[in-house]
Amino acid sequence: MSPFNLAAINFVWLPILPLVVITVAAMVVLLAGVRVDDGESEGLGLLTLASLAVAFVFTLGILGQYGVAFAGAISIDSFSAFFDLVILIAAMFTVMMSLDYAAENRIPGAEYYSLLLFSVLGMMLMAAAGDLIVIFLGLETMSITVYVLAGIMRRNAKSNEAAIKYFLLGAFSTGFLLYGIALVYGATGTIKLGPIHDALASGAMGSNPLLLLGIGMMLIGFGFKVAAVPFHMWAPDVYEGAPTPVTAFMAVGVKLAAFAAFIRVFMVGFVSVGAQWQTVLWVVAALTMTGGNLIAVVQTNIKRMLAYSAIAHAGYLLLGMAAGVRSGPAILYYLLGYAFTNLGAFSVVIALERRGEVGNQISDFRGLAARQPLLAGAMAIFLLSLAGVPPLAGFVGKFYIFSEALHQGYVGLVIIAVLNSVISAYYYFYVLVAMYMQEGGVEVERLSARPALVAAIGLAALATILIGVYPQPYIASAANAFYSASGAAGVRSAALEP
Amino acid sequence: MNGGLLTALIFLPLIGALFILMQSEERAIWNSAFIFSLLPLALSFYVLAQFNPHVAEYQLAEQYDWIPAFGITYHIGIDGISLFLVLLTTILITLSLLYSGGGDIEKRPREFCFFMLVLETGLLGALLSVDLFLFYIFWEVMLIPMYFLIGIWGHGRKIYAAVKFVLFTMVGSLLMLVAILYLVHQAHVHFNRTSFDLPLLYQVPLTVTESRWLFAAFALAFAIKVPMWPVHTWLPDAHTNAPTAGSVILAGVMLKMGTYGFLRFAIPLFPTVAVEAIPLFMALAIIGIIYGALVAMVQPDLKRLIAYSSVSHLGFVMLGIFALNPEGIDGAIYQMLNHGVSTGGLFLLVGMLYMRRHTREISEFGGLWKRVPVYAAIFMVVMLSSIGLPGLNGFVGEFLIMLGAFLRIRLAAVFAVLGVILGALYMLWTYERVMFGPITRAVNETIRDLTGREIAVMVPVIALMLLMGLFPRPLISRIEPSVTAMLARVNVAQARLEHERQPNRLAALLPARHTPNREPEMAAAAR
Repeated sequence: MSPFNLAAINFVWLPILPLVVITVAAMVVLLAGVRVDDGESEGLGLLTLASLAVAFVFTLGILGQYGVAFAGAISIDSFSAFFDLVILIAAMFTVMMSLDYAAENRIPGAEYYSLLLFSVLGMMLMAAAGDLIVIFLGLETMSITVYVLAGIMRRNAKSNEAAIKYFLLGAFSTGFLLYGIALVYGATGTIKLGPIHDALASGAMGSNPLLLLGIGMMLIGFGFKVAAVPFHMWAPDVYEGAPTPVTAFMAVGVKLAAFAAFIRVFMVGFVSVGAQWQTVLWVVAALTMTGGNLIAVVQTNIKRMLAYSAIAHAGYLLLGMAAGVRSGPAILYYLLGYAFTNLGAFSVVIALERRGEVGNQISDFRGLAARQPLLAGAMAIFLLSLAGVPPLAGFVGKFYIFSEALHQGYVGLVIIAVLNSVISAYYYFYVLVAMYMQEGGVEVERLSARPALVAAIGLAALATILIGVYPQPYIASAANAFYSASGAAGVRSAALEP
Repeated sequence: MNGGLLTALIFLPLIGALFILMQSEERAIWNSAFIFSLLPLALSFYVLAQFNPHVAEYQLAEQYDWIPAFGITYHIGIDGISLFLVLLTTILITLSLLYSGGGDIEKRPREFCFFMLVLETGLLGALLSVDLFLFYIFWEVMLIPMYFLIGIWGHGRKIYAAVKFVLFTMVGSLLMLVAILYLVHQAHVHFNRTSFDLPLLYQVPLTVTESRWLFAAFALAFAIKVPMWPVHTWLPDAHTNAPTAGSVILAGVMLKMGTYGFLRFAIPLFPTVAVEAIPLFMALAIIGIIYGALVAMVQPDLKRLIAYSSVSHLGFVMLGIFALNPEGIDGAIYQMLNHGVSTGGLFLLVGMLYMRRHTREISEFGGLWKRVPVYAAIFMVVMLSSIGLPGLNGFVGEFLIMLGAFLRIRLAAVFAVLGVILGALYMLWTYERVMFGPITRAVNETIRDLTGREIAVMVPVIALMLLMGLFPRPLISRIEPSVTAMLARVNVAQARLEHERQPNRLAALLPARHTPNREPEMAAAAR
């Protein structure tokens, strides 16, 4: 089927309209930015924000529709729509954080915002991928742009270090992923997720060494992208060195996209050989939670602390994956709450930051509650949500994942996870200690002159509370999204019925 | 019609807390906080008036769907076990706010009042929840304000104390969360229905191993909160370093959440294990009683002394609960209220002393009686109530507990009496060192007596002590039906255990032993 076939145009282009909007916008921003001075990039930022909003509206418009485009390469379903919407929200928050930050740090606006849009494109492709090649394409589009974004503050040594480190390790992991894809193709004879699922479902291939090696390689590739222990080494340095809005984008957007593809491939494509990889994920999940939380305890830099916390949260999500398909909706819900909570936390970090690194130490938060009660209050909400204190989004997410894992009989892993939550409470509460119980710290400058940042913090705080206190609609849409992905790849097993 | 009465009771303080956030003038903050604590106080007395003393089940119940996907409902109700604890909460919060407005809290009054009222919502919510998920939410919610109260307005090693308090409690409560999830999973397996509703969960059939583990998880969470020996180590730090109002609420209400948890959840959910665990818990309770009393005796710091006396008094409560008979449990609930009133009163009194002298070292005082007669008189009454002097409230509870323990295991009552004697010893000795003798410090010559506000705080405390000491019947009669209903479940479990033990070898060898609960007692006699 040629995309130039007139009869097919409606069908092919309508579902990917949001992707088209993002692509066009990225190019327009790049061209329009040629004449814009580095210090005056707000206009470009607003243009980016507007185009993201348009893409968001289009995605809402095709919500509930279901289709396969480009001969199965793209799956448009509630799953892709769910991830697209959250990724677009994350991108919009990132732009709201960046407006002043980019101008103040003299980040080249045209490159910055167009790269951001291109990486959103890659992420949305990953969420909508129907075969392994599109996943790879999306992953590369996303990764390469984020490598550059991490190093976009060219005169800052840490930013450069972050970019190089991220690039080298990222390229290495992409190699693993690609090799895995090749082996899986060799074993099953197809790169499409639906046929892969069908080929594996027959049960004849359960212990094919080629397949197992391929699955293992892909596991390593995704493990790098979601920063699972022991593939997490890059994360803290990159999170610390990258410009803070980019860090937020990496912690939320990249993680969302990586998990979207991870879930598509493993919980849909490889679901019938779950016994082969779930045990491995069990161990990886336990290591990731424990490693992330333990190292986070000793961090003094808030960005590094949040990096290790992001690793730990990947561990909770992997726990869900290890527990099998039934916890799929829980993972999606968790990611939603995680997105808002982390975006909010990083926004507060940006509010404290001045000229690069000042304000990034946890000690800089001292006495914040006395000087900026609302800012400290918002940060307290985000930290409590990350620590899993009810009734916030982070708690309900954990509750949901743990509950589904227990239903599947993973009592040991859940106990490891709750003990980890206690460890995590220690370092999250340490920031509360600094904000509320100690004196000193840095002054927060001209918060009133940064309405976009303030709006980002406020919206994130509201969402963190709302998603936690009234979770029913979000749980319903997460379940709907997950089961639509299983359906899109032709999976209709009895175990999947909600 | 009582629709929404309990909901209003729970959330009025929260509304007050949000209202206070919008205030900026200090006097207005204290006044509105006080008024917003009076509203739930009035409401809780209205609930008392509406309460039907002959009904054992939940009253004034409300139930709405909340998260249907998880089978979670907003289900609240009140019964004899929670009724007076609710009143204790509203009374103590009001008194604490009244007291704190008098100069005890020197900085950031707005946040202080905010956290106090959020704390009240958490406490009332936990007491009134019938849905286990809802209970867990409130259980955790009350942790956060207390953490801030200790950490911001505390003294000394306040941050250490606050973090220790949170981490200790969290370990227990998160393991309890796993147990809750497991229990709900079993309910799903057996009834094909996901629900966190307590009445349904009471009926979940569990294997012996399962219920032992689940009981252990619940019991650990509650034992940390009580706190029972040997998981009590957070308490002296938290109490000593907390601001006065924090100590009052911590000792007065929050510790009762642990004992309440045993009565409401751990024992009725797993009655068979509870019966099995009687010797263990009675032994731990007695260790707590004696240990707490002995350690209290050697404390140089007044507040630390009261903190350890709490370990001892809560040991009494646990002893009464695990007697698992009406006398013991009625007494335990009564003693929970007594301890709230008398230890709350003691902390308020020590707070008043600290405000004047900025020290709590016992050796700094002496001879105060001559300079502050009103204070000394009030302190005397509160101390006697804490000791358990007949005619005051403490006596009724201790008497019932000892009766209950005696009926269960005689030897336990013997040790408990020892605890009472030790309690009288350290309290009277403390009173002597602080109040009598010559004035050894010059500053104590000019120490001023209680202000009008402070007397206003203490008068209701004294009144409650007399009232509860002289007229226990109206309280006990409302507590009793619910306790009897709960014990009915325990008795069924006990009968089943007895039945199962019949054929075993021990029973065959020793036919003279009729009831299992007499076994330990005879063993004790044999020793």
